[in-house]
Amino acid sequence: MKVATPVVSIYLMADADLVELAEAAVRGGAGLLEIGIPFSDPLADGPTVQRAGQRALRNGMTTPRALALLAELRARVPVPLVPMTYASPVMAYGERRFCADAAAAGVDGLIVPDVPADEAGALADGCAEHGLDLVPLLAPTSTDERIEIACSRAGGFVYLVSVAGTTGARERASDRVAGLISRVRPRTPLPLLVGFGISTAAHVRAMLDAGADGVVIGSRAIEVAEQGGAPALEAFVAEVASALPVSN
Amino acid sequence: MSTLPDPRGRFGDFGGRFVPETVMGALDELAAGYEAARADPAFAADLERLGRDYVGRPSPLYLAERLGEGSGARIWLKREDLNHTGAHKINNAVGQALLAVRLGKRRIVAETGAGQHGVATATVCARFGLECHVYMGEEDIRRQHPNVVRMRMLGAELIPVTSGSATLKDAMNEAIRDWITNVETTHYLIGSAAGPHPYPMLVRDLQSVIGGEAREQVLEREGRLPDAVCACVGGGSNAIGLFHPFLDDAEVALWGAEAGGDEHGDAATLSHGRVSVLHGSRSYVLADADGQVLESHSISAGLDYPGVGPEHAYLKDAGRARYEPVTDTEALAAFHLTCVKEGIIPALESAHAVALALRHARAGEVWLVGLSGRGDKDVDAVEALQR
Repeated sequence: MKVATPVVSIYLMADADLVELAEAAVRGGAGLLEIGIPFSDPLADGPTVQRAGQRALRNGMTTPRALALLAELRARVPVPLVPMTYASPVMAYGERRFCADAAAAGVDGLIVPDVPADEAGALADGCAEHGLDLVPLLAPTSTDERIEIACSRAGGFVYLVSVAGTTGARERASDRVAGLISRVRPRTPLPLLVGFGISTAAHVRAMLDAGADGVVIGSRAIEVAEQGGAPALEAFVAEVASALPVSN
Repeated sequence: MSTLPDPRGRFGDFGGRFVPETVMGALDELAAGYEAARADPAFAADLERLGRDYVGRPSPLYLAERLGEGSGARIWLKREDLNHTGAHKINNAVGQALLAVRLGKRRIVAETGAGQHGVATATVCARFGLECHVYMGEEDIRRQHPNVVRMRMLGAELIPVTSGSATLKDAMNEAIRDWITNVETTHYLIGSAAGPHPYPMLVRDLQSVIGGEAREQVLEREGRLPDAVCACVGGGSNAIGLFHPFLDDAEVALWGAEAGGDEHGDAATLSHGRVSVLHGSRSYVLADADGQVLESHSISAGLDYPGVGPEHAYLKDAGRARYEPVTDTEALAAFHLTCVKEGIIPALESAHAVALALRHARAGEVWLVGLSGRGDKDVDAVEALQR
């Protein structure tokens, strides 16, 4: 996938309102969309994304339905689409079959936060076979050795977790990101996107100043959409995207 | 078979490290710290001394003659119920607390189901001056009230968990999220032989004191190895601790009693689950066809868990151990039988093991049954069922 940087990526849950919200996010200026495929026990997620996932499951969302939604979305928006889910739903579907069907739906990559690079095995093979980028996550606690391993197999972009913690809006953006970026940058030519805890235009500016190529906003986008629907989400994305310098 | 896991933490196809990147460094650090501790005679000496003077080891092996009289089998109970804090959980908690101190981690998080692991963790945190945070499902807080009181008296902060089924699975999710957030100062003192590598190995090794002692005690008393070894399996820590020293004794049958629940559901993960990932390792999980984890159900809070440690998954698939469900009703009957025939109130968890032994024991056989905990915590719940 080719990510046009600098970029604001928006995370949304695969649920009944996905297509409407995703179109609004793209109108607001989202240059990448991450789409959650819900899992009952999402260890890397804070309360907001957990709530969105539980709601989607109660509404009857399944992995096949989420893939069908992604195919529908593919026809409606031009930006890269990257599903984000967990090991258990992918294994239940079958790693290779999941990659094949996700590629057929037109997605560009895949993020599975509880499958670190050393466990990727069948998933990495499936992604390679079907032309999907397997996006790794790195954290401030990642050692140089682990950064090396993750970058050697990365595709699309590298997802930097801004803080030790789960997803969720926070008051302050982490000041540990600059250190992480300086350790990852020499090891990969891919764009570096920072997520977890990013929720305001000021956070976006701070992350770009720290050297990031973009940000991922999940929990705050979900909260805004919960409260004000697609129009509020579009306005919110436009506001945070206004912090981006003019695209090159 | 007894040399697993491999360096990647795999027991055959099971185990591994399916966790967010944030904690991978901490797992490496724990694995290295444990390797160093294992090679250090001072660690073994500390463990031995605390086991003897604080926990009360070795725990007795007791011939339950009246329990065995119906079958004609000789049933030996390994009395982990007589340990300090009333269950096998303290064996692991003491060892991991020693490790946490070596690693310089002064803050401990843990999950608990029945509360036995929470009490054990609160106990060792008090003993070592560590800060203690225990996550416990609201449903479990209700049904295991005495342990809630004990944890608070020992100085632990108890955090109620309301998400999902509000039981052990959800408490574990929250404990892991806390650990991800505070990983640099915090040791996650996991209570079962589950989770990402090195936990299944670490907990097994610390619990293998049960089987190691019992093997020697049976040999001394019977002059031979038992025909069968039987333990209850939730996450599976007392069972793997009892089984492990017998793995290479091919003539000894290994039996795991899973929670068969009632008509509303069960927690018999190995009997009814499918291979998936839960809480950091690949193993059997009670999950639907989409990989969504199902709510488990058991009268016994300590077995009410939809996952199971990866080594049990390996032993099942390798055919080395057999696992069968024991229903709530059967476990209650075994609970009462153990009370009135032997004067021992067993934990409802352990009553599952007694029930499975009574199902399969034949005249002339020698059975070793893990009595993993005492039932003081369960008496209110059992009495309520009788009303």
